[in-house]
Formats: sequence, structure tokens, C-alpha cells
Amino acid sequence: MAERLLIVGNGMAPGRMLENLLEKAPGRYDITIFNAEPRVNYDRIMLSPVLSGEKSYEQIVIHGDGWYINNGITLHKGTKVTGIDRAAKTITTDNGLTESYDKLVIATGSVPFIIPVPGHNLPGVLSYRDLDDVDAMILAAKARGSAVVIGGGLLGLEAAAGLSEQGMDVTVVHIMPTLMERQLDASAGYLLKKAIEERGIKVLTGANTKAIVGNGNGKVEGVELEDGTVIPASLVVMAVGIRPNAALGKLAGLTVNRGIVVDDQMRTSDPDIFALGECVEHRGATYGLVAPLYDMAGVLAKTLIDEPAAYNGSVTATKLKVTGISLFSAGDFAEAKDREEIVLRDAARGVYKRLVLKDNRIIGTVLYGEVEDGAWFFQLLRENADIAEMRETLIFGQGFAGGTPLDPMAAVAALPDEAEICGCNGVCKSKITGAITSKGLTSLEEVRAVTKASASCGSCTGLVEKLIGLTLGDGYAPKASKAACGCTDLGHDDIRRLIVAKELKSIPAVMQELEWKTSCGCSKCRPALNYYLLATWPGEYVDDNQSRFINERAHANIQKDGTYSVVPRMWGGVTSAKELRAIADVADKFNIPTVKVTGGQRIDLLGVKKEDLPGVWADLNAAGMVSGHAYAKGLRTVKTCVGTEWCRFGTQDSTGLGIKLEKFTWGSWTPHKVKLGVSGCPRNCAEATIKDIGIICVDSGYEFHIAGAAGLEVKQTILLCKVETEDDVLEYTGALMQLYREQAHYLDRIHKWLHRVGLDSVKQQIVEDAERRRALFARFAHAQVFAQVDPWAERVKGAFGHEFKPLADLRLAHAAE
Amino acid sequence: MDSDWLDIGTLNDIPKRGARVVKTARGDIAVFRTMDDRVFALDDKCPHKGGPLSQGIVQGDFVTCPLHNWMISLATGEAQGADQGCTRTIAVRLQEDRILLSWPGLAVKAA
Ligand SMILES: Cc1cc2nc3c(=O)[nH]c(=O)nc-3n(C[C@H](O)[C@H](O)[C@H](O)COP(=O)(O)OP(=O)(O)OC[C@H]3O[C@@H](n4cnc5c(N)ncnc54)[C@H](O)[C@@H]3O)c2cc1C
Ligand code: HEM
Ligand code: SF4
Ligand code: SF4
Ligand code: FES
Repeated sequence: MAERLLIVGNGMAPGRMLENLLEKAPGRYDITIFNAEPRVNYDRIMLSPVLSGEKSYEQIVIHGDGWYINNGITLHKGTKVTGIDRAAKTITTDNGLTESYDKLVIATGSVPFIIPVPGHNLPGVLSYRDLDDVDAMILAAKARGSAVVIGGGLLGLEAAAGLSEQGMDVTVVHIMPTLMERQLDASAGYLLKKAIEERGIKVLTGANTKAIVGNGNGKVEGVELEDGTVIPASLVVMAVGIRPNAALGKLAGLTVNRGIVVDDQMRTSDPDIFALGECVEHRGATYGLVAPLYDMAGVLAKTLIDEPAAYNGSVTATKLKVTGISLFSAGDFAEAKDREEIVLRDAARGVYKRLVLKDNRIIGTVLYGEVEDGAWFFQLLRENADIAEMRETLIFGQGFAGGTPLDPMAAVAALPDEAEICGCNGVCKSKITGAITSKGLTSLEEVRAVTKASASCGSCTGLVEKLIGLTLGDGYAPKASKAACGCTDLGHDDIRRLIVAKELKSIPAVMQELEWKTSCGCSKCRPALNYYLLATWPGEYVDDNQSRFINERAHANIQKDGTYSVVPRMWGGVTSAKELRAIADVADKFNIPTVKVTGGQRIDLLGVKKEDLPGVWADLNAAGMVSGHAYAKGLRTVKTCVGTEWCRFGTQDSTGLGIKLEKFTWGSWTPHKVKLGVSGCPRNCAEATIKDIGIICVDSGYEFHIAGAAGLEVKQTILLCKVETEDDVLEYTGALMQLYREQAHYLDRIHKWLHRVGLDSVKQQIVEDAERRRALFARFAHAQVFAQVDPWAERVKGAFGHEFKPLADLRLAHAAE
Repeated sequence: MDSDWLDIGTLNDIPKRGARVVKTARGDIAVFRTMDDRVFALDDKCPHKGGPLSQGIVQGDFVTCPLHNWMISLATGEAQGADQGCTRTIAVRLQEDRILLSWPGLAVKAA
């Protein structure tokens, strides 16, 4: 009599295994299958087309009822195996059957992970795993309404696209900053988000679900996020990951880690029991895609007929099955020292391709927008092929026939005609290209004379030169502007202009649309981009904390021993007994070793331990003090003298004006630090003529000085103009700071910026053109609405808590050893 | 402690391109998380003048020291470019989302 083979689970993996087995040795086994799902083996990966309505269930069946009959297989549909008696070699089921086996195969797949937030078990909350889930979703979609999909991975996005096809209003809530972060890098994630949003699906990244809210009838009504927002929804799909379904194996006493542990022959810790599919763990790895399961199926079929075979693990590749979106990823695409990458971006076509190489071999790839070569790259990867010979052209793909090399002009070429190139004079792209062709212009000087483009501050010179180059072709060789860093060919000016012209609002957006040559930038360009975006899109751009230097991340100055110094603001250098008492108390309470008066007329507490920072700030906040930003590329101090208030020489209230200036400008982020000074008369006790902006009070008003510095280089200020009232001083200061914020390269002080753009240009825009000055002032004031938030108070309330607490403290654990 | 691996927290406790500190009797350990969710652990001491590497900017598989901008490899602890020096690495691995730090790697067990 044939040996009895029992199979638990009737998914794709055992289906493929049986095909192999029946082909090699029909009749060798007497086969019985138990399946908890009440149906035959169907193509689970095609559930998304069923959901979107592109396919029917019948079209995705792999083995119809007839197949089981023809092959003499008994299939128990809707029957769950509940126990295994390994000694007796029997199994029992939920409907009371007991069956004996010679060989047993466990193929129970996986279970969707459900985050245990309040409301997770309300009716209307679904997972996405089988046909029942799809039927329930299609039913829910009949009522239209809105759906929230929790999870922005492969399954979540397919569910979202399907529900949207079915007419629902869909929001995807994803905890990580980019979609499909396990399969894609940030650049491809950015493009994917754009494409998903283009189909009308809302995407919230970095959003943590707090609860699922029900209505009076116990039905789902919405999803509440950590920040308190509630998104209305009549349907919630949770697609946050899967866990191997190893429960049965564990119950039977088999070795189980994450999944049921198998050897290279797919054998569990019991020699007569095998496991297969998503429920297994092989050499520490578990899988969630069919390709590896098919490899396992082939090995198990051979093992069952005593042919030698071994499964060695699989490298997997991912594709997203959403019509119109093409992405592909495979292998290991992390950066490391011994690895190199080749990146090709075509912003106009939304293409991003990245190959990660090690020793001239492909070890990983991410493709977006153009994935035809995915299979080829994947094959080279699995074959561990040496690609040294074709390295230069590899990224262009297998069909490469003399493609174009990377082109730094592409970003400019792709700009729409109405894109503003010169901000100072309001000149758009078509006006420049039009003038070049119609007037036969051939040089930058001519273009400047005719169109005024780049004739003022000059920061768009690079762009204008590229436009001339594009219009005239090879006949023109623009002076290459100095690239900002090794990650790009563009200079700072070009980057800043393009951020505005193309409305780029995130670091991945800049890197993709401006065709960055690296996947995630470097410590030179990231802080610069973060600043540019912050300055360009106040209130809109979300600061990227991890792209800031430590002082701006911790809001304190790091010292040589890794401790920090804390400098509270003392408006205009004026303090009070109450503030001094609070500072003294803080110094005592936290054992702060040094208390020193700074060069900026305030008090520095040096040697504070990082963990103590929030505590120190809380006490200073309680006494009414806020951060002095002594660490910031932003407004530092406003140094003053005592002026008319006390001094016998004083001509104006220099202290009062200094305080007003500091209250107006504090909190602003600038390309480099900005220090102000106000002296009550030309004796200049506040040393205002070595400040970025210095005010010298005189009888008839105020001298407005700019571009001083006292550091490695000492610069005396230049007198820009004289104004009459305190309000004028505030207006000129705001306007000047805004012009600097908008035009300077990151890490250029005001004097460097002035040197680059020329005093005339600044004078023209701040002094002569009153309208422009007022517009600049208004933009500065607008940005201040969002910038004047005390970073200390935010952190005292718990923001960025991870920054100040150690991850773990093992000192006690050591002592116990 | 029945294992050589100490559970010190979850992956999401560390920001991407960031680091957190683990305090030990032998000094601080910096545990890094890269953009693509790999973890590394180094002594929190720059080979140059002892700067706390946990406070630097993480780029790819490197961290830039916050004090004088040396670039240190997360994988090997070695300074890059013209700079010479090496910081001790400690074995660390991920199990699902848990971060496990090698206990023997800390070399604190009494002999
Ligand atoms: C919507 C969706 C889209 C997908 N898209 C892709 C894709 O594009 N590419 C890709 O490679 N992969 C994709 N996958 C993953 C792929 O479908 C799975 O990897 C594959 O189906 C797993 O096969 P399996 O046989 O291990 O488990 P399953 O197919 O899950 O089968 C397990 C079966 O066992 C049954 N069972 C469980 N416990 C018991 C028990 N105690 N007794 C009896 N029966 C039991 C279950 O009811 C289930 O029918 C997708 C998955 C889903 C859900
Ligand atoms: C790591 C480097 C530096 C640290 C930690 C540091 C720290 C400080 C601090 C804490 C103050 C007190 C300022 C305040 O009250 O806000 C200060 C003042 C000052 N710093 Fe620095 N600084 C650094 C680099 C520089 C550099 C590079 C320059 C010159 C370009 C410079 C020039 C000054 C000047 C001129 C003052 C006095 C300001 C005044 O009198 O108004 N510093 N510095
Ligand atoms: S600058 Fe003039 S007004 Fe101010 S303290 Fe000195 S002497 Fe007096
Ligand atoms: S002058 Fe030099 S040593 Fe003194 S605080 Fe400034 S940077 Fe440090
Ligand atoms: S201590 Fe790290 S670079 Fe100097």
C-alpha cells in the first residue's frame, strides 16, 4: 500500500510541491490535504487584481476541483488541523477527524500582524490575506465612503489602489518616513509616493496609529493618529506585516523560532514531518514572496521521493502590482565602505535606477519608472557575474546602444517655460530662451543687458548660462559653477533657484528632481538642503533633524568632553535678579562646573550632561528664559550698550532698540550665524561695527551697518544707509536678513554673501527699492511666525525624547554579573 | 542572563540616520541605525580626541565626528581618508525589530 502523505494547508507552496511530486512519482503517495480556507488552491498574489476588478476569482484558481479528483487527492476544504500526535503519527481536526500519516507536511503560510491598538477588533477592520478579505472589501466599497489603509508596504499599497479603483476615498497611513522602506530607498520611495498620490490616494508618512474609533453601533468610524488627527473611515485595512503561522508546529513540540525551523531538505526537528512555505524558517531567514517558496517546493518534492536535493536560501526580488506603477528591487542595496553605487536619474521621465556593486558584482538594485532591465540585473546578481567589462554602460541596461551620458543640464531643460529663473527681476525661462533666439544673443552679458536676468544679485547666473547653453547647443561653453559637493554637479545658487522653480519640498524630492548622484546625500549637502528647504517653505517643510549638526539637533553646544553648554537668551544683554537666581539654582541643582559670561553679553552654563539638558531647560523656562540659540546657524545675540537710559553720551535708547531687534529676529534660521549690535553713540561700546548687522545711534537717527565679523577674519562693517526711526531699523533689519536668507550659500556669513553679490545689488534692493524692501520684510515676518518657537520648551514637553535618553543602561547589569 | 545577546531595545527607538547611547560600566557604546535599517555599535569615542560619535551625522555607513569632522566607518571603526585611528566595534544584530548587543563583545565578563 502507498505511504500516507498528509498536508496541512493548501496554499501556493504545497500546490507547487504536489505538481513536482506527481510529475516525478505519481502514485507513490496516498495524499490527503486539509485546508482551513473553504476552497481549492488559488493564486494568492493575484488577489489585488480581483480587488480592483481586473480579474475574477475563477480566473485565479490554480487547481480546480477536477485536478484533485484526477490525481486521487482527498481535499478537506474548510477543515483546520488542530493537533499533531507525533508518537501515534496522527493529526486531529476542528471537525473531529483523526487521520494517520507516514509523512506530514506543514504549509500553514502566515498570519497578518494586527497592531493591538484600541478598536482593532471592531467590525469593519480587515486584514489582507485571503479571498474572504477581498470579498469583504469589495462589499464595503459598494457603499463608497472612505477607507484607511494602515501600512504603506507592498500589500497596503495594493489594497489602497484596489479600493480606490472600487470608488473609495482612500488614505494610506504609514509609520515610516518613506513608503515600502524595506524594499526601496528614499529616492524611489519619493517617486512612489508621488505616483500613488496622483491616483487620488492620500498618503500620510511618519504617521503613527493610536486607535481605531468606533461609533455608537460599534462600527468603525475612523482612525486616530498619535498627533490627535482623526481620519474618517468606514473601512480600515491593516496591512502592517505578516508573521509565519508556526502555531501548529509549536503545539506539536517542533523546534520553532520565528517560523518552524527546517534543514536544507525542508525537514523539521521530527524526521517524518516537513514544513514548507511562509511558515518556515530556514537558516534564520523567513520569506514572504512566492519565488523562494517555489524553490523550497522543488526541494521537498525530491526529498519525499528520496532524491538528493538541498535548499540554499533565496535572494528575492520585489515588484508592485499596481497598474501604471513600475518598480523593482532586489538584493542588498545598503551603502557601505566596500561598495560602490551607480545612480541614474531622469527627472523629466520620473526614472530612478540604482545599482549597488561590490568587487565588480551587482549585489542589489532599485529601479523605478523603468524596470525592463530588472530581470537582467537580478540574473547578473544571482549569477554573481563580473560586470567590470560593461561597467560604464551597465546602468543603461541590456539593450544599451550608445545611450547618453548623465547630463547636468537635464534639470534645467525640464523646467516649464513659465518657471521663474531670475527672482530679482522676475524673468521666466521662455523670456530668456525667446530673447536668445529672436535677438541672436550669444553671451551672458548680452542676455543680462536684454532681459535683466541675473543682472541683480547674480545668484541665477548658473541657470542662465545653462539656458544659453541649451538654446545655442555646443556653440556655448558656460563657466562651470562650483558644485555644492560630490553628490551633485549643481552649485548652491542653482540648487536654491531650482528648489523654488520646481517647488521641491523635501530632501528626497530635491535629490530626485535635481538628479543627485548619490542615493542619500552626504554631511555637506544634507544640512544645506535642510536649510534651503526650511528657508524657502516656512510652515510647510518638515525639518529633517537627522540632517542637522549635533548642536542644532540637541539645541546646546557640544564641548570637547562630550558635555554640553547651555546659554539662555538675555534680551539685549539685560538680565534681572530673578533670572540670575534661577541660573544660580540650576547650576547648583545639576552640579554645573563652570558658569561664564560670554562674548555675547549673556551667561553660559558649561559642562552639562546631555541627559540633564531637558531638566536644566525646564527650570530656566520656568523662570521665563528661552534658548539663546548660541549653537545655531541663526540669530545669536544682540549686543547693546546702555545708551540714553544711563550714559551721558547716549543719543538714542540703544538698549531698548536692541531688545526690540532681538525679540523680532530670534528663532530665525539663517545660512550661518548672525550677530547684531546696537551702540548708543559713535563711541561704539557695543562693538557694533564688527557685527553682521550693527546699528550706531546718532542724534538724527540710526546708521545701518552691515557685513562685519570678528573671527578668524576680522571685518569692519560697511555703512549701508542711515534711517530715521526705530521702526525703520526693524524694517531694514528684517529685509536684509531675508535677502541673506534667500540668496546666500549655506555656511556663508553676511560679509561673504555681500562680497559675492556686490554692495550695489544689496543697496538697490534694500535701500532704493522700497517696495522690494517691504516685500522682503513681509516674507521675513511670515517665516518668523513658524520659527519663533522655543526649542527648549518643545523638548521639555517630550519632543525628540530619544535624543536625550540613553537607549539602555547596562551599568547595573554589569555590576550584577 | 542566559544568552550572549542582550536585548537593548527596538529598531524604532533609534531614528534612521541616527544613533543612541548604551551606558555600560566600561563606558558609553554608540548604537547606530542607517537609512536602510542596519545597526552598528562602536565605542562612543572618536579615535582622534575622544569625541562622542553618537552625536555625529550618519551618512551611508559612516559617521562624521561632531568635534573635528573625522569620518569613521561604522562597520570597522576605522577613520577614513588621511586620518589614522580606529575605534572598537561591538557585535550587534537585529532579531525582527529587537536590537541585540553582544555580551561577550562588551568584554566585561569576569575571567
Ligand atoms: C494580497 C497579496 C498579494 C501578494 N502579492 C505577491 C506578489 O506580488 N509576489 C509574491 O511573490 N508574493 C506575493 N504575495 C505573497 C504570496 O501570496 C505568499 O508568499 C504565498 O501565497 C505563500 O504560500 P504558502 O503556501 O506558504 O501559504 P498560503 O498561501 O498562505 O497558504 C496557507 C494556507 O494554509 C491554511 N491553513 C493555515 N493553518 C491551517 C491549519 N491549522 N489547518 C489547515 N489549514 C491551515 C490557510 O488557510 C491557507 O489557505 C502576496 C500575498 C498577498 C496576501
Ligand atoms: C566650535 C566652534 C565655536 C564655539 C563652540 C563657539 C562658541 C561661542 C559661544 C558659546 C559664544 C558666546 C556667544 C553667545 O553668547 O551666544 C561665542 C562668542 C563669540 N564667538 Fe564663537 N564659537 C565657535 C566658533 C567661532 C568662530 C569660528 C568664530 C569666528 C568666525 C567665533 C567668533 C565669536 C565671537 C566674535 C564671539 C563674541 C561675540 C560677541 O562679542 O558678540 N566663534 N562663541
Ligand atoms: S556707545 Fe556711546 S552711548 Fe553707548 S555706552 Fe558707549 S558711549 Fe555710551
Ligand atoms: S576662541 Fe577658540 S578656543 Fe576659545 S571658545 Fe572660540 S573656538 Fe574655542
Ligand atoms: S575627536 Fe573626533 S574628530 Fe576630533
